[in-house]
Amino acid sequence: MGFDQYHEPPDELPATTRTFARLCASLTEEAEALGWYEQRIAVETDSQALAIMRDAQGEEFKHFSMDLEFLLRRTPPWREVAQGILFQEGDIVERGEEAEAEAFDGGGSGSEGSYEDGSLGIGSLRGAPR
Amino acid sequence: MNHLLRSHAPISDAGWELLDAEARERLTSALAARKLIDFSGPHGWDHSATNLGRTEALAKAPSAGVSARKRRVLELVELRADFELSRAELQDADRGADDADLKALDEAAHQIAVAENVAVFHGWQGAITGIGEASPHEQVKLGASTEGYPRQVAGAVEQLLCSGITGPYGLALGREQYRTVVETAEHGGYPLLDHLGKILEGPIVWAPGVKGAVVLSLRGGDFVFESGQDLSIGWDSHDGEVVRLYLQESFSFHVATPEAAVALKP
Repeated sequence: MGFDQYHEPPDELPATTRTFARLCASLTEEAEALGWYEQRIAVETDSQALAIMRDAQGEEFKHFSMDLEFLLRRTPPWREVAQGILFQEGDIVERGEEAEAEAFDGGGSGSEGSYEDGSLGIGSLRGAPR
Repeated sequence: MNHLLRSHAPISDAGWELLDAEARERLTSALAARKLIDFSGPHGWDHSATNLGRTEALAKAPSAGVSARKRRVLELVELRADFELSRAELQDADRGADDADLKALDEAAHQIAVAENVAVFHGWQGAITGIGEASPHEQVKLGASTEGYPRQVAGAVEQLLCSGITGPYGLALGREQYRTVVETAEHGGYPLLDHLGKILEGPIVWAPGVKGAVVLSLRGGDFVFESGQDLSIGWDSHDGEVVRLYLQESFSFHVATPEAAVALKP
């Protein structure tokens, strides 16, 4: 059960992909916990129990956000799309469509480079073909 | 615009995409160290040093009654390979030519990849201690004949096990050694490449710039490449005929466990 996050044989996956999968699984678990606390809080009437669960949900906000930030830092195209959607004003769907188009259609490379820092985005090659 | 000044270059967006893709392809095949060691970063062009967590005593403090120490850090180094391309060739690529002459870019990419490999595996005097020179293990000779390769590689793996270094293990092979391994079939036709792969339980990589071979553990935490600015193409200058560009990166390299690798001499 502990290795359900892998859909391919773990031995064949590079270390960076295994880390990515672990953090994706963690992100999912934090999101689930947020939903559970939201439901519990909605029906609880004891004020002390409510305070404890609100405090616990606050922890999950933090965990979810840390997982997400890690994944975005390690995945430049995802980060680029997210930057066009997160903390932006206006219609979320429109922002999403625009961000996707910018990242994958017209975006990338050009004089500013494919990645935020203008680099070629090569990074680690663990698991790359020889 | 950042320090690479790419938007100053007389190159279209499509031209930049072509150059970035070409560089990425050439670099990915030749950057052997990154296929075997830990990579941290990129931490940015303004990142100048790696924390070693170590200090050295200072003879004097600024005033009486206190002692003083100074932090030791590993300074990042910069590598840069300049090249120039014909503007006419890039304009033809914009018209749809699929055979633009990018030989100068290819050569620069190979040169900077070789420099990175050499720095990591063999060291760079005054700047980086390489894996081979840090290793306390005896450097055994691979020998001219490939018949001895399985024995030498198995011996290196056994040496690592004796030092408590677990696998899987990887093998970086110099150009000549790699070519020889790939073309060789042992008695019975079994490819030498597959035999070595079974001994190592890890990858065998083509490592231009490496002299001989290096066997190292892939368990992680032993060899750390810290990237400041990862490999990037920047603009230097241009005139009516050519545009002068460069490939550049900044990094440090640190061997945390010297006994986690064995170098094999050619």
